[in-house]
Amino acid sequence: MSNIILSRRKLLIGSAALGSSLALTGCDQFDFLGQRGNPVRQALEQANVLTYRAQRALIGDQTLAREYSVSEIRQGMKPNGSTEPMTPEYLFLKGQNFANYKLTIKGMVEREVSFSLDELRNMPARSQITRHDCVEGWSCIAKWTGTALGPVLDMAGVKPEARYCVYHCFDNIQKTLAGDVFYYESSDLVDAYHPQTILSYGLNDQVLPVSNGAPVRLRIERALGYKQPKYLHTIELVDDLTPFGRGKGGYWPDNGYDWYGGI
Amino acid sequence: MTTEEKEPQAKGPLVYRQSVWTRVTHWVWAICLFFLLLSGLQIFNAHPALYIGQQSGFEFENAVLEIGAVNTPEGPRGRTTVFGQTFDTTGVLGMSGTAEAPQFVGFPGAVTIPSFRDLATGRVVHFFFGWVLVAALFVWFLASFINGHLRRDIVPKGSDISGLPKDAVDHARLRLHHGRSYTPLQKLSYFAVFFVLFPLIILTGLTMSPGMDAAWPWLLDVFGGRQTARTIHFGVMVLLVLFFIVHIIMVLLAGPLNELRSMITGWYRTSPGTPAEAGDKP
Repeated sequence: MSNIILSRRKLLIGSAALGSSLALTGCDQFDFLGQRGNPVRQALEQANVLTYRAQRALIGDQTLAREYSVSEIRQGMKPNGSTEPMTPEYLFLKGQNFANYKLTIKGMVEREVSFSLDELRNMPARSQITRHDCVEGWSCIAKWTGTALGPVLDMAGVKPEARYCVYHCFDNIQKTLAGDVFYYESSDLVDAYHPQTILSYGLNDQVLPVSNGAPVRLRIERALGYKQPKYLHTIELVDDLTPFGRGKGGYWPDNGYDWYGGI
Repeated sequence: MTTEEKEPQAKGPLVYRQSVWTRVTHWVWAICLFFLLLSGLQIFNAHPALYIGQQSGFEFENAVLEIGAVNTPEGPRGRTTVFGQTFDTTGVLGMSGTAEAPQFVGFPGAVTIPSFRDLATGRVVHFFFGWVLVAALFVWFLASFINGHLRRDIVPKGSDISGLPKDAVDHARLRLHHGRSYTPLQKLSYFAVFFVLFPLIILTGLTMSPGMDAAWPWLLDVFGGRQTARTIHFGVMVLLVLFFIVHIIMVLLAGPLNELRSMITGWYRTSPGTPAEAGDKP
């Protein structure tokens, strides 16, 4: 019995010592993983490439994200990120209720084309009640209305060598000494041609409000919120993402987030 | 009692208890769970609230856990609300750090990777070790099915169920038996980890992926929505941490050197009286 008491006492002392030393040292010995160019971090990032390839292999290119019933819309769409761009160009367009807005498709296309908001609204419309998943962890269900991106790309004629769409936006999400950093994102052509990928101009049966990306926000429903660029003005078809931003294919990917965004 | 009369402590045979597959995957999981826990708490801190359902209630109430900080006349305080009950958790949850430099985060930097707020890095670390954990689990299941470890040591038999009350009493009195295989409580614990907790935490993790929800929409139905899956993921994490604590306590009580040796070399010293078999060492 004395043995047991002794081992219990040792155990208590030992675990208290272990616990307090852990709390004191904390976990800053792994803070180097936060350095964006660190080779160990870059090795760990390869898991995201694996995730992208695995999901592309597993998920059919046309497989739809779940669509919900009207009764699941229980709140307004939570605005996040940029909610009120203040660049002169955007304020000018907003002042005219986006009458002079043009969405341009350029880059590796047969012909560069532009569409006004009315022209987009006159194209075949699609409405979908979907769940928006923010990378932070929350979700919000809303009804999005717009026209499918695929047929719009076909009107421009995507060249066979094009591999990605780069989505350029009006909002200066970050102001630096070197000037404004504008939001941009990109996707492969699988996501661009997915039937639920729409140029949305309507939200919950209303005109898309400024806080949610007016006049046009792209929806890529099988990816996280940062892959749904707001305030979209130009789509550029490219075969290489390195010339844009810091070369990772999007504002958040440039800041260390995974480019694919499907998980 | 004189020294002459005292019987020398008899030893049971040294048995080869853990195959190389079990030993390697054990340590791989130990490393994975450490990084998954600390990077997971980093990810949780990006939105320190848990909900029931498909979505997060911003204009309605479906939160079951919320961690945050509030301003009071005495200054800011950390607050945690669990199932409608609010607790002051200043110093641990919602508000931590020193009085001069308080940190307003869900879980304190001492238990997150990195120690500062960095969701992007938390995700990089979490997904890397998530893949490794799943790969090790796949290897272990396959090897354990083939070498009989699953059937012999993990899946409880009828005799394990009938022997459970006695084993529970023995554990409570710290009368720990070192046998060739596991005791009923051990079998049930490892069975729960491998057949319930690991599958649950992997599948609820996948349910949080919008891509996987398109591929396997049944995930959303099985777990009752993406936000419920996130809550279950967190709950299973708590259970795995409890398992880890009990696991370490039992290793210390059962003889840490013998237990560690069996998980490094495979060889395990059994209790006196254990019948010897071919292949054992004295």
